[in-house]
Amino acid sequence: MKYEVTIGLETHVELATNSKIFCSCGGHSSPKEPNDCVCPACSGMPGMLPVMNKKVVELAVTAGLMLGCDINRYTTFDKKNYYYPDLPCAYQITQLFSPICVNGKVSVTTKNGVSEIGIKQIHMEEDAGKLVHDDWLDVSYVDFNRTSVPLIEIVTHPDFHSADEVLAYLEMLKSMFRFGNISECEEGAMRCDVNLSVRPEGATELGVRTEMKNMSSLAAIERAIKYETARHIDALERGTEVLVQETRRWDDTKGRTFPMRNKETEADYRYFPDPNLMPIVIDDEWMDEIKAKMPVSADVKAKEYADAGISEKEIEMLVSERKVCDLLDDTAALGCNKKEVAAWILTDCAGILRKNALLLSDLNISAQALSTIIKKVGEGKINRGIGKKVLTAVIEKGVDPEAYIKENSLDVQVDEGFISGVIDKAILANPAAVADYKGGKEKALQAIFGACMRELRGSGDPAVIKSLLEQKLKD
Amino acid sequence: MSYYVTKINENGNIAVDDTLLVKGAPAAAGSKILKGFEPLFSAEAVVRLENAGYTVLGKTKVGEFGLDLVGEFGVDANDTLKGAAAEAVANDEVAGALCVDLNGAPRRAAAISGVNFIKPTYGTVSRYGVIAAACSGEQVGVCAKTVKSTAALLSVIAGHDAKDGTSLENESYDYDTDLDVKGSKVLVIKELFDAADDTAKAKVDAFAEALKANGVVVETASFETVFEAQAAWQILMSAETCNNLSRYDGVKFGYRTPNYNNIDELYVNTRTEGMNLLTKATVLYGSDVLSKGRYTDCYDKSLKVRRVVYDKVKELFGSFDAILTPALSSTGYNAYSINDAFLKVYGESLFTAIPNLIGIPALVSGGVQLMGNHFDEGMLFSLALTAERSGK
Ligand SMILES: [Zn+2]
Repeated sequence: MKYEVTIGLETHVELATNSKIFCSCGGHSSPKEPNDCVCPACSGMPGMLPVMNKKVVELAVTAGLMLGCDINRYTTFDKKNYYYPDLPCAYQITQLFSPICVNGKVSVTTKNGVSEIGIKQIHMEEDAGKLVHDDWLDVSYVDFNRTSVPLIEIVTHPDFHSADEVLAYLEMLKSMFRFGNISECEEGAMRCDVNLSVRPEGATELGVRTEMKNMSSLAAIERAIKYETARHIDALERGTEVLVQETRRWDDTKGRTFPMRNKETEADYRYFPDPNLMPIVIDDEWMDEIKAKMPVSADVKAKEYADAGISEKEIEMLVSERKVCDLLDDTAALGCNKKEVAAWILTDCAGILRKNALLLSDLNISAQALSTIIKKVGEGKINRGIGKKVLTAVIEKGVDPEAYIKENSLDVQVDEGFISGVIDKAILANPAAVADYKGGKEKALQAIFGACMRELRGSGDPAVIKSLLEQKLKD
Repeated sequence: MSYYVTKINENGNIAVDDTLLVKGAPAAAGSKILKGFEPLFSAEAVVRLENAGYTVLGKTKVGEFGLDLVGEFGVDANDTLKGAAAEAVANDEVAGALCVDLNGAPRRAAAISGVNFIKPTYGTVSRYGVIAAACSGEQVGVCAKTVKSTAALLSVIAGHDAKDGTSLENESYDYDTDLDVKGSKVLVIKELFDAADDTAKAKVDAFAEALKANGVVVETASFETVFEAQAAWQILMSAETCNNLSRYDGVKFGYRTPNYNNIDELYVNTRTEGMNLLTKATVLYGSDVLSKGRYTDCYDKSLKVRRVVYDKVKELFGSFDAILTPALSSTGYNAYSINDAFLKVYGESLFTAIPNLIGIPALVSGGVQLMGNHFDEGMLFSLALTAERSGK
């Protein structure tokens, strides 16, 4: 008999905000040491009240629009009650009754074609802290750095029918959210609950559903889905076990799932509306503001770059990093040619980063600085070699290009009269080489040219200098 | 009788309930479970008073989380059934006191001690730094000896605070105490009048006479909504208290039981040992009304009742300027067992529930309670001042 697997996903995504959702502690990427990033509010001390971070609403709406959702213009927060040491207030602020986005739809492409995935809802909520267990001392430590970091949870309809579709969907979310500056989507910032059931093909009723919670690695999700599908089919086909609706834990090292204690799964969370947070009303003005700030998608960006004459390979590298696209666009906006900027970023900048064992995503240069360098080279004020030298200093030491060129006298000698004087001096100072060159030893020219370049400290266009030198030696 | 759990400054001139945070002073909200907790900051209302030149003399005793009648069941509670802050004011120890009103305790205490207490319109005073129990209805109020000083202190602490999401946008408030009350109309709610004993009725009558003598029209009429308001506030207040008190689990601060072998025992024993019977009853009741099978019929229905009460009270204020009622069933309480506390407090909340439920202001003065329309504290102060001047 043939079987069909049906999967629904609940995906938690950590939002890229500067501060937490209800307090001013630093957001997703701030903390280094445990409990570095904690205040009376996010550690649950009495007397503190949550104050909404508007940026969270904006990112959630943006995510919703990207996933084709309707936006609830009036949205409220609720409290979910449960005890766990990593939850300092013993409740989590989330959205149950009126989530911010509903009724979305996306298409995912796999080798078997395109499938439509319905998005049931997206809601905002706060993350919990972390427990660190010390098995040696048999104690647990609580780290509240992650407490109250903003999340969105994206709930799909049970529209997936293979692990491939699930992975394609998650990959798509990742690239979409990274490109849209919604989330950095780094390790652990995207976590999935997978609801799975299996039924004989053609059956109208869904099979028994099991849930696997809190998985963050795509590879593990794939393995878990394959294992769980096989377990369900075995149970249906050979009666190896009786399937029950339950939550199971995927153990990636053992390669199998285990049932979780019932106590952990059948809690009554006693949700109720949070009286401390006023309903959020998104009026037309705010909505327009959010829409105006909406990032274009990677596809639109790619098309734009192709039109500017940038090669397909370069485009692929560019659109994998939203930051890099922004740099390119901003630099171009300052009056540089897009294709040229792309070359500077992907060849020169990337080369410098590579030498420093860094990635393109680590690139930290302002559009202002980059455009200054590109323009100076374009206008012949410095040559390309010097341009690269300045670029290196800007990237490695964070210097101001204009000041750096001035301090090191890199562009004062471009004046042709000055260069001509330097060449004359070099000819006089190297009579032996001049004689060799005039006697037919072409290579001797290099010694005189080198002397010129040393004198000019690398400034001036080497091609121009070389032809001027040849000219003078011919005369 | 000692009014204080902590004395901070011998030369101080205001007292602050132990449900409000004062930096540097332990804060326990009258509960063993917060034993040893020291706040890192002061409540906004306290800061505003300090900025205006007042000094905090000390933290006054309260009933555990403000849930009892007047403070009889808190850490080191007094055996007299009088409120510590109200008594400190009555005996001129302080110029005024800040008290948190979540279920009427400071109003009852003020009535018993013969001083004034204003629970202002919800959102008037920042709740930042209030050890929260019932967020949707609790407000910081002012207890003081005269109507004028009550209004003056309230205007110092009132005003928008971005640290409290429910704080109203009004930057500042200026309270009238001398509005012309002649010709204004005051309603005595029959059900509340009838629920009080003769001593409390006499207070209301005397107050009404003083108003009438100054040209105020006083009428008595039935308003059965008071019973629904009482039930709805009990449900909402208990649920929110249950939720807010969940954080006291022995993990982070305050009391931790020495008797535990695992995390479940840590939670259960800490809370069992750290809370009194009234708090436990309230928490259990609140947990029940939020539970799966009960939410729709209890909690959600109470939210709807709140809306109905709001509309009906607003309609009343279409024809009346204020409501006059007893603040409690009598003029004082006798000692009783904590086993009876849950029902006893519920019974007394009949008189005080509406202002907590729908956020209207309530002023206790001359041993009675005046309720007003939202932001109409000025009318309440003016009526009370009229009565105060006539010596009631
Ligand atoms: Zn914080």
